[in-house]
Amino acid sequence: MISLLEARNIGKRFGGLQALTDVSLTINKGEVYGLIGPNGAGKTTFFNVLTGAYVPDGGEFVFNGSELPSGKPHKIVGRGIARTFQNIRLFKELTALENVMAGHHIRTKAGIWGILTQNRFTREEERLTTERAYEMLRYVGIERFAETVSKNLSYGDQRRLEIARALATEPQLLALDEPAAGMNATETGQLKTLIEQIRHDGVTVMLIEHDVKLVMGLCDRVAVLDFGRKIAEDVPAEVQRNEAVINAYLGGGKHAH
Amino acid sequence: MNELVAAVPWLGKRNPMAARWLLIILAIAAPFIAMQFGRSWVRILDFALLYMMLALGLNLVVGFAGLLDLGYIAFYAVGAYTFAFLASPHFGIHLPFWMVLPLGAAFAAVAGIMLGFPVLRLRGDYLAIVTLGFGEIIRIFMLNLNYPVNITNGPQGINMIDPIVLFGWDLSRNLQVTEEISIHSLYLYYYLFLACVIGSIIFIQRLQISRVGRAWAAMRDDELAAKAIGINTRNMKLLAFSLGATFGGVAGCLFGAFQGFVSPESFSLMESIAVLTMVVFGGMGNIAGAIVGAFVLALLPEILRDVAIPLQQTLFGKVILDPEVLRMLLLSLAMILMMLLRPAGLIPARARYAHPENLHRGGAAK
Repeated sequence: MISLLEARNIGKRFGGLQALTDVSLTINKGEVYGLIGPNGAGKTTFFNVLTGAYVPDGGEFVFNGSELPSGKPHKIVGRGIARTFQNIRLFKELTALENVMAGHHIRTKAGIWGILTQNRFTREEERLTTERAYEMLRYVGIERFAETVSKNLSYGDQRRLEIARALATEPQLLALDEPAAGMNATETGQLKTLIEQIRHDGVTVMLIEHDVKLVMGLCDRVAVLDFGRKIAEDVPAEVQRNEAVINAYLGGGKHAH
Repeated sequence: MNELVAAVPWLGKRNPMAARWLLIILAIAAPFIAMQFGRSWVRILDFALLYMMLALGLNLVVGFAGLLDLGYIAFYAVGAYTFAFLASPHFGIHLPFWMVLPLGAAFAAVAGIMLGFPVLRLRGDYLAIVTLGFGEIIRIFMLNLNYPVNITNGPQGINMIDPIVLFGWDLSRNLQVTEEISIHSLYLYYYLFLACVIGSIIFIQRLQISRVGRAWAAMRDDELAAKAIGINTRNMKLLAFSLGATFGGVAGCLFGAFQGFVSPESFSLMESIAVLTMVVFGGMGNIAGAIVGAFVLALLPEILRDVAIPLQQTLFGKVILDPEVLRMLLLSLAMILMMLLRPAGLIPARARYAHPENLHRGGAAK
């Protein structure tokens, strides 16, 4: 097993609230890694620190063997980590296609001069971007809505579009924040197939999810956060049996501060 | 251009080709039509074109990148004063137009970056207030930099600015084609400005459908998500401010040369608001909107001035309301009606940031 991402003693504090305390975990290449925990456990905070939206108070991330810059989202995306959001955050005035094309921004280079003169390099890059965007839309299954303004898409399709946009950044690690939230059973099933496909195509997936069935069916390993600490990390079946995890979800009071 | 064509009422959607030719013919014939009503109308058209350039530049900042800028006229001032400094007896420097124009654009771009840096983290109302302050700072500098060293000549402004001379051809003189036929200088300026506006449209359209245009739109719609897909929002904001300012700077240079005289009062807050009104009135975020907005709102007050005085004289026997007062009143009314009836502007077209049909065409060829 080759590790892709290693979090070392990540800490994050908001005023009096210790949102993350010494969280360490390792994600291996090619696996689907689940991050679960009760509401307010710090899962999304972990994502935000990982993707540079917040600067951690302590600790570091090692990605592909070298440290990630903290608090520099565009550099982190450039290194190969992409994310989606719990509450969908699309560019709502843009079409589905334009959303995905915007996602390809970091992998393109055309400068102002090239754009103004429309030289061969810029035209070729623009064509490739368009082509790739269509590919991505096809990949997640919403190609027929390419020209639809994204705010008019159905909820499930918006979720898919967000994943397509994240994939357009050509990530090695895809971090999904509650991708199944608000989906019905059919949609969740389709999502599961999609995530399996993504893993099959060589992208490592990190997943925050409340849908237990999805997590158990999809993840190779699962870490459990409670009050900002990692209380367990194991294969799904073991985690389900873990005493501390059951207490955390059912309110055993063991970790109440 | 296609957006503009589609905006032509009735004809635009039925017969785009005819609409396109109609627009081209109108653009070429406009000064001759205006001449029928008097020479001053050609001059008004020339100014309308300058306003179009300003509206296009501001639309780039406000409409595309979503950065509300209430001090945009400052860049116009920077361009105009650059021309005044480098091509007038004020300092005794007389650089040729083709040298001053890029310099004016460059200075305006630098001013744009200077404004951009401190406001990187601001948005909405806060951004508007700081940019408003910036506009006033530039104007007050122009007003007061005549002491202890006279740089801007203060409130008197700088006059006797050199006219535009292109390849030894002086635009301020009438062009003598033959003995009888001569083309008036106002026409020459009209066509120069028209060329600049068309150039601006082409540039901005190319920017819009590019990775930069999409990054701006992404930033405008959701800054956090834009960061999360790897857009360097700091650089993109600075780029928007400086490119937007460049158009203001170029328009300013043209203004200085055309007018032959610049003074701080041309660059008041009201002017900034007027340009912003043009953008909002026409339809924010699309090129056709900026053009139509600028055209309508630059012409409307002048028509009003022409109509209001005689109308009041015939109705009441005297002028009760000064046209200047009426202008503000009617502009405000127009804005209120606009917000109620067409909140997205006169031309509420959705701007496009991709050209998928090019791909299909390419794909069919394979």
